[in-house]
Amino acid sequence: MKHKINELEDIAAQVRRDIVRMVHACQSGHPGGSLGCADFMTALYFEIMNHSTDFKMDGKGEDLFFLSNGHISPVFYSVLARSGYFEVSELATFRKLNSRLQGHPTTHEGLPGIRIASGSLGQGLSVAIGAAQAKKLNRDHSTVFVLLGDGELQEGQNWEAIMYAPHNKVDNLIASVDYNGQQIDGPTEKVLSLENLQAKFEAFGWHVINSDGNDMDAIVKALHHAKSLTGKGKPILNLMSTQMGYGVDFMMGSHKWHGVAPNDEQLTAALNQLSSTHKDY
Amino acid sequence: MKKYTYTEKKDTRSGFGAGLLEAGKKNPEVVALCADLVGSLKMDAFIKEFPERFFQIGIAEANMIGIAAGLTIGGKVPFTGTFANFSTGRVYDQIRQSVAYSDKNVKICASHAGLTLGEDGATHQILEDIGLMKMLPGMTVINTCDYNQTKAATIAIAEHHGPVYLRFGRPVIPVFTDPDQKFEIGKAWMVNEGTDVTIIATGHMVWKAIEAGEKLAELGIDAEIINIHTIKPLDEEAILKSVKKTGCVVTCEEHNKYGGLGESVARLLSTELPTPQEFVAVNDSFGESGTPDQLMTKYGLDSVNIVEAAQKVMKRAIKVTISE
Repeated sequence: MKHKINELEDIAAQVRRDIVRMVHACQSGHPGGSLGCADFMTALYFEIMNHSTDFKMDGKGEDLFFLSNGHISPVFYSVLARSGYFEVSELATFRKLNSRLQGHPTTHEGLPGIRIASGSLGQGLSVAIGAAQAKKLNRDHSTVFVLLGDGELQEGQNWEAIMYAPHNKVDNLIASVDYNGQQIDGPTEKVLSLENLQAKFEAFGWHVINSDGNDMDAIVKALHHAKSLTGKGKPILNLMSTQMGYGVDFMMGSHKWHGVAPNDEQLTAALNQLSSTHKDY
Repeated sequence: MKKYTYTEKKDTRSGFGAGLLEAGKKNPEVVALCADLVGSLKMDAFIKEFPERFFQIGIAEANMIGIAAGLTIGGKVPFTGTFANFSTGRVYDQIRQSVAYSDKNVKICASHAGLTLGEDGATHQILEDIGLMKMLPGMTVINTCDYNQTKAATIAIAEHHGPVYLRFGRPVIPVFTDPDQKFEIGKAWMVNEGTDVTIIATGHMVWKAIEAGEKLAELGIDAEIINIHTIKPLDEEAILKSVKKTGCVVTCEEHNKYGGLGESVARLLSTELPTPQEFVAVNDSFGESGTPDQLMTKYGLDSVNIVEAAQKVMKRAIKVTISE
């Protein structure tokens, strides 16, 4: 372990403060999914991945991460900044004119840590597979991670990729699904049911593990376990239960905070629930 | 009129296959992907030589574009292969976000472009692909005219960093360009120097333009014929230099007249040197089933159409007398 669990929890608390402050400052963006994935993203960047903050696009010899559900950019930017890819002060530019922190992540402005644009949903898993296959050709034994939204699985391209990865034994790939059961128009079960995701992935030939994405100890253990499963002939799916808005009581468990920014009062109420452990930007 | 002859006819897609093999030998980072059309794209030789550098994707073009984008991150130079329709319209958003906006070094190689795909009909005959691709910032768009040029272009794009759309076709047509040519992206090829009318052609229409040039010569018209193989970036200098001399232009392409080479030329001329222009292109229509020759005739893409367009536009030519 690089960090103790309570240290990771402290980082995640600060990441959550960053998220609500960023979204509040520009009065736009997606706090719900960002808050829900703060623990996972913190675990990944501060504990699980072997990576260098001296950013190189090819990431040779490093574990790589791709964010397919690009709208949760606030959590991605915060974790990148907090782990040292760029100054945390730059978080203040989120979604503003001439910023490298675009509404959705992009390579276009050269922000360190970003390897592909995402936002138009359903494309990240294919990209991660390509990056994983390049690693195999390069005899690079590191791992490729990708995060997908659960609602995003309604996009058909995912199922092309889900079919492809096991057939081609892309076993250096760990995909996680942010399984919060919510999307813009309501619960996924109402909008378009995902049915039994575990059975679906297993039927396609994936090794599926389940985890609690809002319990730091559990998610760290699950990701270590997932990494131990690489190189065994199957891609790995981490079906990760989360709550949208986790950590801010009035944002939790509802699709209503998918893409809405808090007002001044709500910001104060949110920050009162999240301790500043690593100083605000 | 300069004399062009040929000893054999070949399909441009075979030029792609030969070029891909060559590019693969030159650069170990070159990899190929195909969506269940290996035979049609002539990728067999590459696959035989480099089996571990080939990715059979299955009938899943969106996934193919995404995987290609991902492969570039590890330093690979991926060439995707499928029909032009499935290379562009079907995967436009994947190309837009994962390739063009992300500035990924993917070579999108598209066979069976235009009407000359023939009998399969309009579901497979895309006439909008040049427009779709040229609108993407940073995308290079190339449409080659014969086997040799396609082979040379395939080798050249492997050495160019950035996303490229390479368009070629199915029919067997004359091989008339130099087998040892060096393909320069963005550089027009002067097919024939002339003074009366500029004919700008791309893809399969270049040979038709040469045929038209011969017929025009018989009528006493000295046509300048330029091959624009790279529609983006456009060789503006070559076009402007020619129309300054001739004062009128005909553009020829196996594509919808909306969004194609003709419009790129018109945009250039309207801002730099307003010049009368005729468009030999498909008149905002889908194709249909038929033999390639029948279709080219029915949709007005024969050499006779170029001759008529040249005669028509010459009546409106703007002749500038340059005074000392």
